[in-house]
Amino acid sequence: MSLWEYANPKKFLATSERVLPAVAVLALASLLVGLVWGFFFTPDDYKQGSTVKIIYLHVPAALMAINIWLMMLVASLIWIVRRHHVSALAARAAAPIGIVMTLIALVTGAIWGQPMWGTWWAWDPRLTSFLILFLFYLGYIALWEAIENPDTAADLTGVLCLVGSVFALLSRYAVNFWNQGLHQGASLSLDKEENVADVFYFPLLVSIAGFVLLFIALLLYRTGTEIRARRIKALLARERAGA
Amino acid sequence: MRALLLRDLKLALRAGGGFGLGLAFFLIVTVMVPFSVGPGSALLSSIAPGALWLGALLACLLSLDRLLALDWEDGTLDLLATAPLPLEAVVTVKAFAHWLTTGLPLVVAAPVLGVLLNMPGQGYGPLVISLAVGTPALSVIGTFGAALTVGLKRGGLLMSLLVVPLYMPTLIFGAEVARRGADGMDATTPLLMLAGITAGTAALMPFASAAVLRVNLR
Repeated sequence: MSLWEYANPKKFLATSERVLPAVAVLALASLLVGLVWGFFFTPDDYKQGSTVKIIYLHVPAALMAINIWLMMLVASLIWIVRRHHVSALAARAAAPIGIVMTLIALVTGAIWGQPMWGTWWAWDPRLTSFLILFLFYLGYIALWEAIENPDTAADLTGVLCLVGSVFALLSRYAVNFWNQGLHQGASLSLDKEENVADVFYFPLLVSIAGFVLLFIALLLYRTGTEIRARRIKALLARERAGA
Repeated sequence: MRALLLRDLKLALRAGGGFGLGLAFFLIVTVMVPFSVGPGSALLSSIAPGALWLGALLACLLSLDRLLALDWEDGTLDLLATAPLPLEAVVTVKAFAHWLTTGLPLVVAAPVLGVLLNMPGQGYGPLVISLAVGTPALSVIGTFGAALTVGLKRGGLLMSLLVVPLYMPTLIFGAEVARRGADGMDATTPLLMLAGITAGTAALMPFASAAVLRVNLR
């Protein structure tokens, strides 16, 4: 039993169809628990009031936005090195989810920033690098859409994803240099003693888990759709060739 | 390699290859800046370095779609790909020719246009240096964008969308050097970063450009 067995689209579809309902239900459940717990059963922050509760959308979405790009990078690498079509299609399927997550992070951040910072937008390094990430997603998706031959498209977007990752990282540190930050430091990290207070911490963890599961469910679903679309195309081509 | 370089330069100079077009575009952008933000000289002199960098970057960007598209259409690229010269060298030479015909004239013209925008006197040196150091990176990164979209019918707009995010670090450090220079501050750190970006992209990007070109030529 190896991971590479799922490079076979048939095997991938069979397994993902079995797993998908469970993942989807789990995602819904943990989103429901995390968000309801976070919105209604946590106290207001002594400084931020009730606006603190946007953290349950903002932080998980931002986390996913970055990690989905990372997943696309890994999938692109697998496509380039081992030529598994499922991998390329998974990267393609992930991009629109990633751009929506980026957008959620940007919009919730703006809604929170208006009462807290007194402005919808500031050219803060974190905000700016997210905007740049948004542009990278946009270019990646546009390139997929623009090319007709699926293998060429997969190759070109794969290389774009690799090069883009390097430049996204570069931009991340360049904007740090360029402007001082308004955004607070990390609320969560694995290596720090002190995180956000426990009352906020646990519902946040649940909603992060919900976002991760939601992404996996959407990814499996969308990759399945892509595989089927590819199959329909092949069948039509075969029909036309036979007729 | 030298033959290819000379060929590209000749084509750019003689055959309506748009040698002057980038320069003219740079001039137009610069002239439009006062119309859009108002003619106040204090405001103009404070935004001059950034506006000039932006103009140079846009002029570079607009000239990119001719970089490989013409050779793609008439089949020259296919011949180059089968030539003994590795494709990495071909794209490097192409990028260098693009810089000589687009980037270098921009560097020379920038101080003149700086006068139009009421640039502070001490800013001219850093502006020219930052453009001279930064524009090769723009050409090299742009070659990657051109190679990526060369097979597309209307790739121009898409290429801008792909290339602009890649230009971000170069623009940030380049404009920072020019801005600090105009304000009379020490600009060594961003200049070193800018030089690092240029050297790094010049060393690595040709491999990416050649890889996507090979895919497109398949």
